[in-house]
Amino acid sequence: MTISLQYTNITVNDVDEALGFYRDALGLDVLNDVSSGAFRWVTLGSAAQPGVGIVISVPHAGRSTADGNVLQELLTKGVLPFLVFSTDDLDALFERAQATGAEVLQEPVDQPWGPRDCAFRDPSGNTVRVNQG
Amino acid sequence: MTPDELANLAHLRRARDLIDRDYAKPLDVPTMASRAFMSPAHFSRLFRTAYGETPYSYLMTRRIERAMALLRAGSSVTDACMEVGATSLGSFSAKFSEIVGESPSAYASREHSAVEAMPACLARFQTRPVRDARPVENASRSGEAPAATAV
Repeated sequence: MTISLQYTNITVNDVDEALGFYRDALGLDVLNDVSSGAFRWVTLGSAAQPGVGIVISVPHAGRSTADGNVLQELLTKGVLPFLVFSTDDLDALFERAQATGAEVLQEPVDQPWGPRDCAFRDPSGNTVRVNQG
Repeated sequence: MTPDELANLAHLRRARDLIDRDYAKPLDVPTMASRAFMSPAHFSRLFRTAYGETPYSYLMTRRIERAMALLRAGSSVTDACMEVGATSLGSFSAKFSEIVGESPSAYASREHSAVEAMPACLARFQTRPVRDARPVENASRSGEAPAATAV
């Protein structure tokens, strides 16, 4: 019996703005784009890891206004849990992301505990770290 | 939330990111406030509402959290103090004892096996001393170390 990650979700304030980061800065591919009513769910993925979908949507998608408001506040304050990606060329990825105007939290550095990594805020306030694989 | 409220929260977040990044530099509240495009008084009030402590308190907590990491890694108390941007060893030790509950040297000589087992990017948040948000009017310090909380 096996188990593996298939979908994970990232909450963002604006899906189009988020694509500028996750697609253009990080280089993920858009796999699916579904709208329902006022809301939209875009699934991103990478050829380096087929079968894993990262779904982005806004805080109020599928939630009550009250719950959406709470989630949006936590997101914008920058206190939601962070994501960690891995790449085979950290410096090239960092340069491309910086060229798209991504908000840099930390330039690539060799961490004392091991990996070389860098960190960004996505346009909504999520922390995204990237490790050299 | 209104677009203005969201914009303010994003400004506060960028100021907080500045503190997290430049904690070892001589940061003052007007510098932090200018990152948030706010007056120092307005910034301090909104920051406290959003994050549960004043910007200066957040900076000091960040410095102590970093000092804890340096002490765990074997740094001397004096080196840890200087490296996190604190300028006076006396007030650094007093602040450390106040929010950690023991002196820097006592902390340094303890076992830290659980923390060493976790990635440092997690340890940064897990080991950050938690200060309870108090109403502004009750902000005066009791001078007592925080009581240990059951986990």
